[in-house]
Amino acid sequence: MKAIVTVIGKDKTGIIAAVSGELSRLNANIEDISQTVMRDYFVMMMMCDVSKSEEIASIAQKLTDLGKKIGVDIRIQHEDIFNSMHKV
Amino acid sequence: MLANNEIFETVKMISDQNLDVRTITMALSLFSCIDSDAGETARKVYEKIVTAAGNLVRVGEELSLEYGIPIVNKRVSVTPVSLIGAASGGYEQICRAMDEAARAIGIDFIGGYCALVHKGMTDFEREFIETIPSAIASTEKVCCSVNVGSSKSGINMDAVRLMGVKIKELARLTAQKDCVGCAKVVVFCNAVEDNPFMAGAFAGTGEGDRVINVGVSGPGVIESAVAKIPDAPLNELAELIKRTAFKITRAGALIGAEAAKRLKCAFGTVDLSLAPTPKVGDSVAHILERMGLESVGAHGTTAALALLNDAVKKGGVMASSNVGGLSGAFIPVSEDIGMIDAVRRGAVTIDKLEAMTAVCSVGLDMIAVPGGTDAPTISAIIADECAIGMINNKTTAVRVIPVYGKAVGDVARFGGLLGEAPIMAVNKYSAEKFIARGGLIPAPIHSNKN
Repeated sequence: MKAIVTVIGKDKTGIIAAVSGELSRLNANIEDISQTVMRDYFVMMMMCDVSKSEEIASIAQKLTDLGKKIGVDIRIQHEDIFNSMHKV
Repeated sequence: MLANNEIFETVKMISDQNLDVRTITMALSLFSCIDSDAGETARKVYEKIVTAAGNLVRVGEELSLEYGIPIVNKRVSVTPVSLIGAASGGYEQICRAMDEAARAIGIDFIGGYCALVHKGMTDFEREFIETIPSAIASTEKVCCSVNVGSSKSGINMDAVRLMGVKIKELARLTAQKDCVGCAKVVVFCNAVEDNPFMAGAFAGTGEGDRVINVGVSGPGVIESAVAKIPDAPLNELAELIKRTAFKITRAGALIGAEAAKRLKCAFGTVDLSLAPTPKVGDSVAHILERMGLESVGAHGTTAALALLNDAVKKGGVMASSNVGGLSGAFIPVSEDIGMIDAVRRGAVTIDKLEAMTAVCSVGLDMIAVPGGTDAPTISAIIADECAIGMINNKTTAVRVIPVYGKAVGDVARFGGLLGEAPIMAVNKYSAEKFIARGGLIPAPIHSNKN
């Protein structure tokens, strides 16, 4: 199952390290990353395979906690929500 | 492959623009609960609701976390109780069983304390309607609806007259809480059988045993889209609203189909109504103002609302083949911060709202009127609204709250998603003799299609 992780927040050192470290601990395999900094704002999107990890709901909780710790907004969502909204 | 801007558009809709699934409503048939003994009927009703919908809240929360989209309400609607209790009587006992079941499974509301009397009333339906004030005042989560007219059969003015009286009685019974009981009662013309929204949801007799109907919302998303093209011609605006409604509906259809699968139910409909809440950034009135009106209620409001309602329907129909329910823009007063402000500044009157209901879904919704408003006046408001629905082949409804002890200039406070409503003036001239006639307003000529 594929899920999409989005990270948005004020740029600082170590965001990618912290998020990818947590995903690795959760056994979520990152398949695609795109990241940029727009006007001091860090914006990142990751496509992950979560078939071998826990339920998305419990990953979501852990990523939210991590987000609070490092001061950015982290979400994980089933990829179908994006596919259904943007693909005909 | 998804583009980054598409991903961030969805994230922004959810985080900044209040995109949500407003409700997942499980429609349950209660026909199997009918018994000649009222206690036994009530027991079976409780059992059926708790067994069939016991997992509804858990599944809703799971889906919300997995797809990252809030699901605001989880609800149940049931077969009109006037039919389920016809053999046993004891309607209030059934109502209490529904309330207890709703609490036991943790849902927000349960709808279906309902009678369909659009052409005539049987003795048991009359008995049912008599119980509405005390049944609704003494329960917390049960919602009630009565269909008093249809394009096919006309308007049952005896039922209209009776409902005016019952609404006043219910207001009196809940007077200490600003008559909030009346917020749980809606009177319909052309009620739909698959509506997931309260207070009017019930499981139609033509529906299956267990069906999931989903209500999507997102006034904030549409408002943000409209704000992007402040000077564009209205056809371009309609196109943009349509495309935005498409995306919102797709999200709802996905959640609905997934909820139905996990709850082992049939998937019924997606109702793509724009349902506001009292939060800033969740207002239908603000969309109309973004379209170029200084205040909702100004001349031009009906035209703007007609464009909005139609564009939302077109986008939704393209997005899902399961579109149903009411599907359009809701214009409740107390539940929409922009509407509340417009009433306060004197820009919106009950007459303008009535005109707006001719082009949007539903009708005069969550309107607080002075406590001194008499029953025939409330019946007359219902009759006017039914006439608009009957002639125009659309659903119309009245959810009006006569607030005891309050007059124009005061504010009724209902709390939570029900919000607050400045008391609105009603016309001071009487329709008492007209309402007292009773009988049936015949169906219009164009209903004769066979």
